[in-house]
Amino acid sequence: MASLTVRNLRKNFGAVEVLKGVDIEAQTGEFIALVGPSGCGKSTLLAMIAGLETVTSGEIWIGDRMVNSVAPKDRDIAMVFQSYALYPTMSVRENMAFGMESRGIPKDEQKAAIARVASLLQIEPLLARKPGQLSGGQRQRVAMGRALVRDPKLFLFDEPLSNLDAKLRVDMRTEIKKLHQRVGKTTVYVTHDQVEAMTLASRIAVMHQGQVQQFDEPDTIYNRPANIFVAGFMGSPSMNFIQAEITSASGTPMVTFPLSDGGSASLALHDGVGERVKDRKVVLGIRPEHLSRQSASTLGKPGMATMTAPVEVVEPTGAETMAVMKFGELEVVGRFSPDEAPKTGENMPLAVDMSRACLFDPATQKRI
Amino acid sequence: MSDATLSSAPALDLEAGRAGRRHLISRIVIYGLLTFFGIIYLMPLWVVFFNSFRPLAEISANGLIAFPQTFRLDAWPQAWSEFCIGGQCAGMQRYFWNSIMMVVPATIISTAMGAITGYVLSKWKFRGSEIIFGMMLLGVFMPGQIALLPWAFILGKIGLANSVYGLVLVHCIQGLAFTTLFCRNYFVGIPDDLVKAARIDGAGFWRIFYRIILPISPPILIVTVIWQFTGIWNEYLFGVVLNSGANQPITAALVALSMSGTTVRTYDVMSAAVLIGALPPLLVYFFGGKYFVRGLTQGAIK
Amino acid sequence: MSSAGYAAMAGGNSFWEKLKSWTPIFVIAPAVVASFVYVFVFSGWTMYISLSDSTLLPTYGFKGLENYASLWANRRWGVAYSNLFFFSGIFVLTTMAVGLLLALLLDQKIRAESFWRTMYMYPLAVSFIVTGTVWQWLYNPTGGIQFLVQSMGWTDFEFALTTDRKNAIWAIIITGIWQSAGFTMALFLAGLRSVDGDIIKAASIDGASTFRIYRKVILPSITPIFLAVAVVQLQSAIKTFDLAVALTNSGPGISTTFPATYVYDLMFQRGQIGEGAAAAMMILAALAVVLVPYSMYLGWRRRREVARV
Repeated sequence: MASLTVRNLRKNFGAVEVLKGVDIEAQTGEFIALVGPSGCGKSTLLAMIAGLETVTSGEIWIGDRMVNSVAPKDRDIAMVFQSYALYPTMSVRENMAFGMESRGIPKDEQKAAIARVASLLQIEPLLARKPGQLSGGQRQRVAMGRALVRDPKLFLFDEPLSNLDAKLRVDMRTEIKKLHQRVGKTTVYVTHDQVEAMTLASRIAVMHQGQVQQFDEPDTIYNRPANIFVAGFMGSPSMNFIQAEITSASGTPMVTFPLSDGGSASLALHDGVGERVKDRKVVLGIRPEHLSRQSASTLGKPGMATMTAPVEVVEPTGAETMAVMKFGELEVVGRFSPDEAPKTGENMPLAVDMSRACLFDPATQKRI
Repeated sequence: MSDATLSSAPALDLEAGRAGRRHLISRIVIYGLLTFFGIIYLMPLWVVFFNSFRPLAEISANGLIAFPQTFRLDAWPQAWSEFCIGGQCAGMQRYFWNSIMMVVPATIISTAMGAITGYVLSKWKFRGSEIIFGMMLLGVFMPGQIALLPWAFILGKIGLANSVYGLVLVHCIQGLAFTTLFCRNYFVGIPDDLVKAARIDGAGFWRIFYRIILPISPPILIVTVIWQFTGIWNEYLFGVVLNSGANQPITAALVALSMSGTTVRTYDVMSAAVLIGALPPLLVYFFGGKYFVRGLTQGAIK
Repeated sequence: MSSAGYAAMAGGNSFWEKLKSWTPIFVIAPAVVASFVYVFVFSGWTMYISLSDSTLLPTYGFKGLENYASLWANRRWGVAYSNLFFFSGIFVLTTMAVGLLLALLLDQKIRAESFWRTMYMYPLAVSFIVTGTVWQWLYNPTGGIQFLVQSMGWTDFEFALTTDRKNAIWAIIITGIWQSAGFTMALFLAGLRSVDGDIIKAASIDGASTFRIYRKVILPSITPIFLAVAVVQLQSAIKTFDLAVALTNSGPGISTTFPATYVYDLMFQRGQIGEGAAAAMMILAALAVVLVPYSMYLGWRRRREVARV
């Protein structure tokens, strides 16, 4: 039985349709992420699951109950906010006890719950302090503690790491993952950072303009994106998109696009993609890491195609080297290991891994 | 090497010297102007303060704006309980207490109502809440003259004419617009996420108000109380129109006092009387100064 | 946190829960009703009285605009509103000028700044009645400022404004400015301090002198505040009452009558509340002329900013 089911959910704010028929679900104990650019509707969706916004049409089921008109406090959920929303005039202990007090839970049960959660999150020394006396990471943990103390069916996170600096964000991300492994509650996690979504979730819902573009495991989303939006949003640096045409040379379908020197590159299509193509015009999607320098080892692998392109800018990061190359008029980013790093101005011989490349229909934006 | 440094050092000094002199001149001008205005501002206060301690004969001889030569306390008890105002000779005492009994309840009630109304209009918005706020805002700008006749009529009908309680009612209703404005603008700055978290935690309307909003409110409540206290204490129009004689607040007594155009103006007693009327808000100002200013800059610009 | 959200929060459709979702509205209902009555019913009633034949007590015979006609034909009303124009113009401009000057002085990193500020602003805590009374004594030729200056040697000095029929209005102007400049100063100072420090640093790196920085960078940034302060001062000037009563009691004669004092006179001393109500409506109209365009301007400016984002 799914812990959370959202069926054909719609939301209008006045005349503006913010959610246009959303279907997602989370199995018990699963960690799903809602990811997308700002304005895509992910926070609205979370608010509706929490009961903070009303439903225009559609259904929300938590467990085996339809909760469309159930109050937030009765939905058996807990929420961690981006700003943590800790009550500033109460101590950490009082913050955590507030919800239980409102429900009339007896004092000893409250104390037991707080003790249990405080040791889980290692915030025992902070219990008497006020939120103003805590650091960002500590506040984050207290906010999670306040949610855990309720022992709810569903955890909701609304961009909890956005307010932290980069290093702390990475550390807290790992903590959240460890916490989920230990506690095992169903979690819905909203973020605009696709790295967080990829690392934390067992399934990701990529949202754009009020619709779920794709709801799948991270691996699928990354390697078999449903459309150009998902392909471009997930992955950093993002996938390169090249306008190309389908040609055939001696029976083998190829994808062709112009090069800077006036000629054109033709890369053999792989794996039966050629049969599914309907029109001649396509968009070729290549991730930066699928480009490498031609060498004996790279050429040996199946699905490799070759071409050359001039290198404009080289950006070494230590662990790898990024390079901006020109395919015709288009700037394309490649990711290389430092041993095979390109040099500025070089006309680099490239090996393209066509088994990983994606073809998109320019009209529908969907993957072929 | 040493030649070069030697020749550049005096040049630097010259520049620094010029800048230093410019700075000095500008400082003199600035402090001069400040002192000039300071004297103008201080003078009336000085006049009233010192003249309440000088004998009348000395005031008539040396004028009002002079250094006191003798020091007497007689004027004060006279002003408090003996001075004749508008036919009655019982001093300012009665009017002082009238004002206290009017200001204290009106301040407390209007502030409390303003806090709750501001809470609703900022955290529990509904369709029309902005319109309601706009309407209340109009109340801040309305001239008192429009409300004179209606209040006189209503207070007469409910039996509160010519009483301090009638004035309390008037100031509560009229102060409401102002206190709501202050409180609502302050509460709007409290993050909505706090209210959302509290609702998920199961808190209702009142619990959120008592446990979350109120504990953060002292700054704005103090500002509101100070402004209400000062404004209601210093108010004149409604005090003089709706009440008469011994039921009037102290501002009306002061006007009656200075209009009692007897031939000899007893400046000493009158100064003491003026100070009695002016001291409560002045003291509030001197002790609560920074809250005073905060209310100004927060409320007026919006 | 919308009230519809509160309905969601209360949950369910039972009667009790539906009722609970109306709590916010029940709570503010008395205040809202009271404000509504105060703002609209009172003005409506006064307006009706202004069109009626009331004299000493309210009566409800309709007289049309007769009260207004006799009001405007009255010489004293003419004095009142020409005083108002004269006073308002000079009052608003001068309080803003003095306030700006004081604010600029205080902005120069003065020592004991709060001491000076406290001194310039204490009049705000004082009633216009008190100020008017004390200044009346100061304008008194036998004992006030004139006496002081003459006794110091300048025997020709004249400053007995409150007894001078032609110039008594200046007494009101000067005293009004004295009382209110602290207010404008406080607002301007807050405005000056709210300018982004980085812009000022950039300007001084660009080589601008302090004077130039003020003129070209700081003051232009606070133009909205100038407008806001002018509007607040203007609406306060239109309501002038306490000061005129305490300082000159509309005298000598009727030379310092103001619309507000004339309303009081008509309503409570001459037993002509119909005409008094008409005068009160005229004050309301003057306020509307100032405030309505200003609030429309504010709304327009806000919309423009939102659109730009």
